[in-house]
This record gives sequence, C-alpha cells and structure tokens, in this order.
Amino acid sequence: MSNHSQIIVETQELTKVYESQTAVDHVSFQVTEGEIFGLLGPNGAGKTTILLMLLGLTEPTSGQAKVLGIDPTRDSIKVKRYIGYMPENMGFYNDLNAIQTLKFVAELNGIPREEASWRITNALTVVGLEGEEKKRVGAYSRGMRQRLGLAELLVKKPKLAFLDEPTLGLDPEATINMIELIEKLTRQEGMTVILSSHYLEMVQKLCNRIGIMIKGKMVAIGSMDELATEKFGVGDEEYTLEDIYMRYFREA
Amino acid sequence: MQGLKAIFKKELADHFSSYRFLILFALIWMVSLVITYMVGMSIKQELQNVAKPKFVFLLLFTAQSGLFSFVQFVAFFGPLIGLILGFDMINREKNEGTLSRLLSQPIYRDAVINGKFLAGVAIISIMMLSIVLVTSGLGLNLVGVVPGPEEIGRLIIYLIVSIVYISFWLGVAILFSILFRSVTTSALGSLAVWIFFSFFLTLGASILAKSAVPAQQADNPEVILQQIELQRSISLVSPMVLYSEATALIIDPTRRTTRNFVLVGPMEKFSQERFSGPLPLTQSTLIVMPYIITLIAISALCFAISYFVFMRQEIRSV
Repeated sequence: MSNHSQIIVETQELTKVYESQTAVDHVSFQVTEGEIFGLLGPNGAGKTTILLMLLGLTEPTSGQAKVLGIDPTRDSIKVKRYIGYMPENMGFYNDLNAIQTLKFVAELNGIPREEASWRITNALTVVGLEGEEKKRVGAYSRGMRQRLGLAELLVKKPKLAFLDEPTLGLDPEATINMIELIEKLTRQEGMTVILSSHYLEMVQKLCNRIGIMIKGKMVAIGSMDELATEKFGVGDEEYTLEDIYMRYFREA
Repeated sequence: MQGLKAIFKKELADHFSSYRFLILFALIWMVSLVITYMVGMSIKQELQNVAKPKFVFLLLFTAQSGLFSFVQFVAFFGPLIGLILGFDMINREKNEGTLSRLLSQPIYRDAVINGKFLAGVAIISIMMLSIVLVTSGLGLNLVGVVPGPEEIGRLIIYLIVSIVYISFWLGVAILFSILFRSVTTSALGSLAVWIFFSFFLTLGASILAKSAVPAQQADNPEVILQQIELQRSISLVSPMVLYSEATALIIDPTRRTTRNFVLVGPMEKFSQERFSGPLPLTQSTLIVMPYIITLIAISALCFAISYFVFMRQEIRSV
C-alpha cells in the first residue's frame, strides 16, 4: 500500500521503567510515511506507553525516539504540532458541545478562527455528527465520542495520528463505522497512523505492518505475510492474524 | 501563550456556567447583604441627630452585627471560596481522561496550571469586587455618607489583600488536587489544612507559649508579656492571622498597631493619646506592609510548589 520511504517515526532501544516495573523494554521500530502501523498486544504490554513517549508526555528511561526527525523529549511542542492523539479513554469536557470542543482544540493549535470554522463543519460532516453538534458531549454515546475524537484529528490535520484502541467498547455496527472512518482518514488526508488495538480483525484489515508486543518487548514486526512466513513457513493466505498472534503469545 | 489564553478562557467560562460557582456566589452575596443591612441599620440608628464621625463608611466593613463583621466573614469563610474553586482542578482532568488529551496538544505543560490558577484568581477578584461594590452601594443607601478618597483607597488595598489571601487558599486546593487523584481526598486534605490554620493553630499557639514560657507567678507582667509575644509569633504562621492583622489597620484607620493592647508600651500609649486622630493611609500601609508581603510570599510559594509537582508528574497510561 505504501510506496513512500520517508521515515516518520523511529525508535532505538526505547525503554521505560516505572519504579520496578519495565513497561517498555528496548523497543526499536520504524514507521514510514503513509503507513498504517499496528501495535498489537495484551493489556499492560506497553503499547500506550510507547505512544506517550513518542508524544513527549513521558520521558524514556533509556533509548531514543524520533518523530519526523525531532526528539519528542527535547522538543515536545514541535512534535505535538504534527501528531493527533486519540487516547484509549477519550476524555471530553462533558459540558461542552461538539462545536465548542472542536473550537477549543483549534484554539490550542493556533488555527485561525475562519479556517477553524470551516474545518469543524467539514469534520463533523465526515464523521457523521452533523445534527448532533449542539448536544452536550456528556450526552454522547461511546461511539459518538470516538467519532468526535476522529473529528478532532480532522480539525487538527496532523501528519501522524496515534489511535489508541479506537474501537474499544463499541458495538459491531459502530466498530464497522469506525474502521471505515479510519480508512477514509488515511486515504483522504494521507495521514500516517499508528494504531494500537486488541481488535485483531481491524488490525489485519487496516494495517500495512504490525508490531506484536508482549510484556514490554516487541517480539515480532512485519507485514501479515512476513509474520505468517516467520511463524508457519507459509504466507498469510493460510492464517489469520489471530493464529499468528496466539502463536507468538504462547511462545512468549 | 496561545495555550494559556485558551485554557484561561475555557476555565473562566466553565466557572461562570457551573452550579458550584453560582451557588457559592449567591451564598456569599446573601451573607454579605445581610451583614451590611444589619450593620447599616445599626449605624443609621446610632448616628441619628449626631454629627457623623470621620471614616463612618468603613464601619460598614468593620462593625460587628450578630455573629461577625464583613471583614471577619471574609477572613474566616474567604478561604472556602478558594478551596471550593480549586480542590478538583487537576485531579478531575486526570480522572475524566481530559488531561492527557489536553497535553497532547501543542501547548506547554505549565499553560494548564497557569491558566487554571489565573482563571481562579480572576473569579475570586470578580467575586470580591462585586461583593465590596454591592456592600458599598447598600451601605451608602442606608448610612447616607459618601466615602472620601482615602476610604476608597483603603477599600482598594483591602480588596487586593483579600484577593491575595483567597488566592493562597486556591493554591493550597490546587496543590492537593495535584497530589491526590481522588477528589474526595483532595477536598478533605485542603479542608483539614484550613481547619488546622484557622482553629487549631491559634489554640496550639497558646498551649505552646504556656509550656515554653511557664508562668510561675501569675502576676509577673514580664512573663505574661513574653507568653503573649510568643503566642502571637506562633499564631502568625496562620494565613488567617496574617490576613486579619494586615487588613485590620487598613480598613480601620483608628487602629495604630497590630499589637494587642497589653503589649503596647508606655511611649506608644503616650503617642496614642498625643495623636488621637486616625492614621493616614500611607502610615497604615507601612505598618502592615510586612504582613502583606508575607501573605504574597506564601501565596507565591504555595503556587510554586504546585507548579513544581505538576511539572514533574508523569502522564501514565494506567
């Protein structure tokens, strides 16, 4: 899918230790422009910690990370200008409505008022929240909140998007809608995406390459085909991501 | 700067639209109006057919009616405004998952705490200014005396010191909201600090002074003076005592010292008799300047600790 070769994200031996617990253990990987990179792993595998370190919100204990050639620990403001982050627990100010929420994000990003207004209208239409924009976010369903999270990315128009469990807690219909939206986001906006998820089907469908994380370590990295060949000696036509993931998980 | 401005504006809008602020505002207004009405009526009766003394307007703030005067009310309950505004400022953001989203935007981390603190101070200023204006308006109507420039000057200084005092308590509440993730714990913690400094410290000061300087003979004036001096010094640790001492002379020009009467020496007594007129504003301000500076310093220190702790806290995934 991706013919670009510019490296957008690069980590080298990235490690994070919280007190006595190693959350991320010497992780090295690269993500190239236009790619959808999936981070797969059980709870507590260190996926979110990697995203937080790439955002410059958490300092690595050792190792290095570069986002668009910038060290997020040294210049997090610059890095955050290029990244749109959709956290696992998408927290919104419940008293604001969708327009107020997006206006606030636009203001934090220094987007001029007129431009912001146009982007907000467009974003709400793309994510299907038109007609609901005056409702308090506190009254939104989980699916609507996730879509508002995506609308935030559309307003910000980052080069790189971090989506942390974007389908968590969604019903099947909302999940399908979300997957379609993410596809649209990458196709139309040309965003590079790092997607962290448990939902194997979605990762298999969307991601060009996958990194499997277990207990803070990146145990495998590659395309579906490469991972299947490594574990089973044949290509991915014979195996699903679930088979591959379970094999790695059991071995770890 | 853009982050600070955006957060400041949002926080201000949040306060104005929150029931918590509206109830607090209504409550403080109500109490202030009741106090002013009672004091105003009593001044009106006392001064009937009598030449009105100087600085009668300031009596609206210092004269006691029923339980307390306006100044005492602010000294005692003012901290609650700060505590109520700040006890969940940071931990609510953490618990609702908005902090990591906010910090993932291209803003400096200190914009969050600075914006929130400044919005809190702005709310406190608006609250205090409106109360003083309404009290003045009602008092003016009841007493019928127009305040002179010096009285207005004294009120402005009183207002500024009160804002600093309440902002100190806002800083305490923000500190607790950073230290504790649970909103209940931070509310209880900041309330405990308020109770300690407002009730127990003054009680403890007396006990400590008595144990440090035991009076063998109850009628020994030197020992009694030493005890009182020590008790006063310990009490000054309390921001409430600092504030009360700082404002007492500002709002009451007839007071010449922050000291208790028994501590006033013979020369001071002599000078009091010699110059029985009220102190000019500059003199009153000079006397209380150390208290005002200390109040500003402890407010700045408290905010600095909050700032330091907040800046060093890590955003964690769990």
